[in-house]
Amino acid sequence: MPEVRLSEVSKSFGRIEAIHHFDLEIKSGEYICVLGPTGSGKTTLLRLIAGLICPDDGKITFDGKLVNDLSPEERDIAYFPQQYALFPHLNVLENVAFGPKTRGVAYEEAKTQALKVLETVKLDQRANAFPRELSGGMQQRVALARALASGAKLLLLDEPLGALDARLRVELRYHIKSLVKSAGLTAIHVTHDQREAMIVADRIVVLRMGKVEQVGTPYHIYQSPATLFVANFVGETNFLEGTIKSVNSVGALVELQDGFRVKVQETSYLSGEEVVLAIRQELTSLMPVDYDGENAIQGEVKAVRFLGDSIRVEVILVNNLLISARIPISQVKIYPKVKDKVAISFKPADVFVFCTTARGLAKEIEVI
Amino acid sequence: MSNLSSTKNTIEKILRPLDRLSANPNARRVTYAVALIFFVSMILIPPIIGVVLKWNLIGDTLQNPILVARAESAILASFAIASIVSILDLIAGLPTAWFIVRRKAKWINVVDTLADIPFVIPTVALGFSILVFWSQPQGISGLLRIESLISPGLGLIMLLHFAFSYPIIVRIMVGELQSYDQVYEIAGRTLGASSLTAARTITLPILKPALVSAFLLAFCRSLSETGATAVVAGAFENGPIFIRNALSSVPPQQGPMVLVSLVLIVTSCAIFAFISILGPRLRFPVKKVWPNFEKRLSNPKSTLGRDGLALIVFAIFVAIPSLFVALPGIIAFTDGTVVAAFTGAGVWGVYWGSLLTSYVVALAATLMNLLVGFPMAVIITRRKFGTQVTALLNALISIPITIPSVALGVSLSLFWTAFGNLPELWTLILVHTTITYTYFVQAMAAAIESVPEELESVARTLGAHPFETFRKILIPLTKYSIFSGAIMVLTRSVDETGATTAVLAATSQIKTAPVLLVNWIRNPASVGGQSVVGLGVLFLVLTTFISLLVIRLVLRRER
Repeated sequence: MPEVRLSEVSKSFGRIEAIHHFDLEIKSGEYICVLGPTGSGKTTLLRLIAGLICPDDGKITFDGKLVNDLSPEERDIAYFPQQYALFPHLNVLENVAFGPKTRGVAYEEAKTQALKVLETVKLDQRANAFPRELSGGMQQRVALARALASGAKLLLLDEPLGALDARLRVELRYHIKSLVKSAGLTAIHVTHDQREAMIVADRIVVLRMGKVEQVGTPYHIYQSPATLFVANFVGETNFLEGTIKSVNSVGALVELQDGFRVKVQETSYLSGEEVVLAIRQELTSLMPVDYDGENAIQGEVKAVRFLGDSIRVEVILVNNLLISARIPISQVKIYPKVKDKVAISFKPADVFVFCTTARGLAKEIEVI
Repeated sequence: MSNLSSTKNTIEKILRPLDRLSANPNARRVTYAVALIFFVSMILIPPIIGVVLKWNLIGDTLQNPILVARAESAILASFAIASIVSILDLIAGLPTAWFIVRRKAKWINVVDTLADIPFVIPTVALGFSILVFWSQPQGISGLLRIESLISPGLGLIMLLHFAFSYPIIVRIMVGELQSYDQVYEIAGRTLGASSLTAARTITLPILKPALVSAFLLAFCRSLSETGATAVVAGAFENGPIFIRNALSSVPPQQGPMVLVSLVLIVTSCAIFAFISILGPRLRFPVKKVWPNFEKRLSNPKSTLGRDGLALIVFAIFVAIPSLFVALPGIIAFTDGTVVAAFTGAGVWGVYWGSLLTSYVVALAATLMNLLVGFPMAVIITRRKFGTQVTALLNALISIPITIPSVALGVSLSLFWTAFGNLPELWTLILVHTTITYTYFVQAMAAAIESVPEELESVARTLGAHPFETFRKILIPLTKYSIFSGAIMVLTRSVDETGATTAVLAATSQIKTAPVLLVNWIRNPASVGGQSVVGLGVLFLVLTTFISLLVIRLVLRRER
């Protein structure tokens, strides 16, 4: 299985810089998810690795071999676009046999190989059907079978679940991962769905405006977001701006708007520095209004949203900041109502602290 | 079955080296460069350079005020006719297109089919049909017991041009209205707009690019038409007829011919560029809404009245006059002319020879287009030379259909005589290739555009070389369009009269069927009367009709 390495790769389209000095190393057999909002350069990155476009600068290597000048057919890869791109004039079997045939396998042998792979995706009974006769889920499985049958070692998946309905998407993401892992392939999976990335990826690459924001395991990305953007894009987060008032060996005291003070378990900042606090919504607690524990701020319920497995309560704090708390449904004892007086609280250890930047918080977390 | 399989394997083996060669980027660059060089050197430059080479001949003509005045009025007449007819076509054709798309009844398919008749009939035959209907005793004049309701001349030219440009407008607008998402109109209606207001303020502005291109195509078509115009022109001269007269005088008057050709080429290109650039920026003049008045005009009675009027105009000025082409032919079946035709007696030997020439030239031009037009279509749709070059190529590719065909023929004839001294038949094939190139490339570009590029990308990543992707993915997915595009080119070439007249000298031994028929129609006595002419025209119509029938069947299969 190839080890893929991108070093200082850049690609522009006219004045638009789609990928900017991009570095990434993907280990053999790894399942990588490239996560980013629309326009962040995910598809460009995939097309660069596929050889469908050439980088303006930088190197792409497979197992140490430079592939910048190799055409797509010489790279031993399988590209899986969002709409699957099943060849409409070929039936399922011919679609799946296309890869082996073009790589020189004899016609009958290619068909046998294709049938075997179709069995693994449970579509051998539909071998003679044409793509237009299949459901979206079946088409997705055919595309996967075609990629697997091609003998490619590197699978490039461009939003492979994007065209499916929500229920099917949930089912098929496990299926893709298990097939890829059982075939021992290296996979690069592009998506804008953070939940999908969290579930399938060995490692996640968070991309924004053609640049890497953070690379790490799903757990690492979630637990230790490197930037405000990652904190916002991965998970649901509250942001509060403030100033460090004092620092000691166990943490710091941060003053928010209107003089409210909260404790954080962060010691690397200096007194007087302006910071942004990020607190996960699910780590923010909703308490009775008279609660006087650590980091408790009083406020009034503005809205309550029922999410099935949890509720999200939006609270306007007395200092006019808006903060949301996500509470698992099993922990909801009294269903909050709009205009209820409540207190919001969070643990100092659950607060991520970031420096403020000249661009401002809104720009830093902007998803576009 | 095994024979078929072994043949396939053999073909595969032969094509494998080409597949591998295509993996080399330089080989691909050379292929596209050849297509581009062919376009520039054989299609784009000759029509422009040809007349410029004979620039020196214009001097003498300009010294002759009578000739200059004649040329001036002919050119003005051409542009006036094209402008008026295109506007009238737009006014009459848009309601018909609307009616065809929006009304739900099976009999509307008949209207849809009838609207294509002027397309099906070669223009020379259409000219003959219109001449018979409006001017001759077998037509409406006989019914009204007058000698000639409308004599050959300006009026008849306008009626002819209206009839053959009408289907261009209807076809384009039907296509656009079918693919138009009515959700915008529905949104407008739910916000309180009447159907007329919604159509006028929402749908038509959205369809503006289609309206502009429909107008442009009708305009160019009218400006270019020569053969049928010669049939109905009488003593009247517009640009193409002026050139035709200059060509057929003995000796040919090259100076006036070059002068008018040059002016037509330059002016038509300028107008085309002007409308292409300014058309999309054009705003619909009336933004005001008259709710009550427009509501009244949207009620079922008014709508019925509008549709009825559109259908009456269509029937009187397009459908019935066009169908009259069959009448003299049918008479020929009853008076024995048909026997002479099939035995090849008398003038019929020359006729069948000319029909054969027409098809030989058309086949050769089609083949040339397949070889060099297809790569050009790939260059344009897949932006092989970048976005800006593609936009430029897209504009340049329209030049051959922008220039009036007789002027194009004059220029090409002068160019190929000066540079190649080619035999007439070869020059004719090159001229027909130039004239049909735009149609073929645009049809192929539309077909390739409909194939998602992702299919080719996936095939490449699955191991297919570029040429392999081309023949295993692109060709199978566009094969019906290629075939119908080829037949369209064939039909257009067989139908061509203006440029062919310019290439073939009056004394030439080579004649194509339309050129021969123009002479027959203008002088029926020389070939044995109206029934001989009628049958000759009918045979030409039948061959074209068969070709177009094949296109319809092929396209139906594709769907």
